[in-house]
Amino acid sequence: MDSTIEIVQGNEACVRGALAAGCRFFAGYPITPATEIAELMALRLPECNGAFVQMEDELGSINAVVGAAWGGMKACTATTGPGFSLMQEGIGYAAMTETPCVIIDVQRGGPATGQPTMPSQQDVMQAKYGSHGDYEIIALCPSSVQESFELTVKAFNLAERFRVPVMVLSDEIVGHTREKLRIPAEVEVIPRNPPAAPPDEYKMYRPGPDGLLDGMPSVGQGYNILVESQAHGEDGNRKGNDIAASAKVIDHLCSKITDHAQELTDIVTLECDDAQTLVVAYGSVVRSAKNAVRQARAQGIKAGLVQLRILWPFADEALIGLADGVRKVVVPEMNVGKISREVQRVLGKYCEVVSLPALGGELHTPTKILKQLGS
Amino acid sequence: MNHIEIDNNYCKGCQLCIAVCPQGVLEVSPLRNSKGYLMPRAARGEDCTGCMQCEMTCPDLAITVISDRTSKEADNA
Amino acid sequence: MHPLAEKMLRKSALPSIYCPGCGHGTVLNNFLRTVDKLGVYDNLALVGGIGCSGWTPVFIKADTIHTLHGRAVAVATGLKLAQPERKVVVFCGDGDCVAIGGNHFIHAARRNIDLTVIMLNNNIYGMTGGQVAPTTPYQARTQTSPRGNPEQPFDACELARAAGATYIARWTTAQPAQMAKSMREAMEHKGFSFVEVVVQCPTQAGRYMYGTGSAVDLYEMLKTNSVRLSKAGELSAEELTGKIVVGRLLQREDRPEFTEGVYGLCQAKGA
Repeated sequence: MDSTIEIVQGNEACVRGALAAGCRFFAGYPITPATEIAELMALRLPECNGAFVQMEDELGSINAVVGAAWGGMKACTATTGPGFSLMQEGIGYAAMTETPCVIIDVQRGGPATGQPTMPSQQDVMQAKYGSHGDYEIIALCPSSVQESFELTVKAFNLAERFRVPVMVLSDEIVGHTREKLRIPAEVEVIPRNPPAAPPDEYKMYRPGPDGLLDGMPSVGQGYNILVESQAHGEDGNRKGNDIAASAKVIDHLCSKITDHAQELTDIVTLECDDAQTLVVAYGSVVRSAKNAVRQARAQGIKAGLVQLRILWPFADEALIGLADGVRKVVVPEMNVGKISREVQRVLGKYCEVVSLPALGGELHTPTKILKQLGS
Repeated sequence: MNHIEIDNNYCKGCQLCIAVCPQGVLEVSPLRNSKGYLMPRAARGEDCTGCMQCEMTCPDLAITVISDRTSKEADNA
Repeated sequence: MHPLAEKMLRKSALPSIYCPGCGHGTVLNNFLRTVDKLGVYDNLALVGGIGCSGWTPVFIKADTIHTLHGRAVAVATGLKLAQPERKVVVFCGDGDCVAIGGNHFIHAARRNIDLTVIMLNNNIYGMTGGQVAPTTPYQARTQTSPRGNPEQPFDACELARAAGATYIARWTTAQPAQMAKSMREAMEHKGFSFVEVVVQCPTQAGRYMYGTGSAVDLYEMLKTNSVRLSKAGELSAEELTGKIVVGRLLQREDRPEFTEGVYGLCQAKGA
């Protein structure tokens, strides 16, 4: 079977990616500009014997996603700023209980009701630090309809492998733009696997030598699972007042991601080999940044682009590796400059880091970025 | 003849079993378990009718009635 | 050890967190008896909220999900949709069910999703030290109503009825056999089943609201104040003040069940 080509909006591409990755459960709540994802899931899930439920609120949605995941289904939800805020306790719950799930945030202007129909990248820090407590998540940023498909598939695969909530940080531009989507004939999918260990040997939360857990058990497989939201030991039993055990589980939640930082690096570079000025961008801004870098090169300016497809964990090593010969790094983003601080943290000792924010829902024009790349 | 077994490891000495027994079979004993709770004992075991009120009420599943009544009869009591 | 405890308790989670004489333990006791009688031990999924009551499923050796405060019904909704054949039972407290969890509760009842929700009602927030709950009686003294509760309580069974629940029963710990029978009926019923069990809390509600930390005294109060549904019809509103109406309050089979509806859509045509 050959690949197929369709013209769809980014939100639909996320749905196609989710279904291709094996998602069979969606719980969500209508909210602009993510609503199309819920509507398409409502339409498509019954076709593959899946379950769609419009929950009473986003708190119900994220918790139903966790419940369905432990029921054996690959599960996801989709929302934007106000709903994303409501979901944070549930995201922390998924992180603590090591529940694989995907949360799509089609970012819009905030805070509060903010700008329901305008794009932003304002939730990037909330994605990483939104829930209380210490934990790590993975976040991916599509910049196109094609990437909305590919990175949603990747999100599900990473969720399975790392037993972690994974965010897809889309935005209103990518979500609502219609572009060509090539759906490949075969999509690489990590299946939902029960643990390799039999029930009498299995421990809920005992990591293997690679720091990762053994498969993902479901209700009804004979494991007598104990999914525990309190800090817990390897068998799942409560250990909230045990300093050593609690420290151990928190360390595990974080290091299972940070120890795999290399595997969790996904960047695309354009003209970086001899670049003296780098643009570091993610999401819709990449579209303008690509154009700006090409125009710069046409003018003889040695500019390059680093696109962050995985935003969290942050690509420290990869960026340092590209810093050779670079004098200036420009970080255009549709927020007050949140990721430029990360870039500053990583590259500040090597070169000048310039934040280029755009507020109010403005997408940087190529010219706005090009002006920063001058020799 | 009905026989009452009390698991001292789980009993917390709440005395509900003593209170619910319609026959007054149980009483507080001077014996304390390892956690310091005063244990009940069957002082008048011969009066036990096997109604199972003590066993059904015990919050710790610490009391078992070995009965010649079937559980169906107890449930329908 | 009691044979049911031996078979069905998660020993690694013991000792339980229940205070001596806590009514939660009686509910756990009779739930195990119910599971045994129904023969569903191998087909269970248990979901618990946060609070003393939410620990109940943790002490049971089964597939157990301990959720966040108020979210047990929402998690159970997702779980039931993923495994419609599973017997999913939710244990929550009064605060967990009808305060922070209120929205999930009324919508699950509205959907008539095939869950059994057992609300252990001690009329207070016990785990956190005895604060006022949506089920605390008017004018009662608690840690956050030290001058008396200015709020009126919910009747959670009425709430469930209005929201669309199709099986509703209320008992106290003074009626263990009847409680077990209702749990059985609730679990056999296909639809949203709600069983409220009024339980004594010697440590918090007992001491703050009723002036006694004696489990026996509080148990006797529950017994004395229980009025069977059949008898309640003969009493005036005044006579019913402070009384607990117990019995099977509602059972209806005329509302469609949610998971059947969702999977039935797989056969229906899309827009």
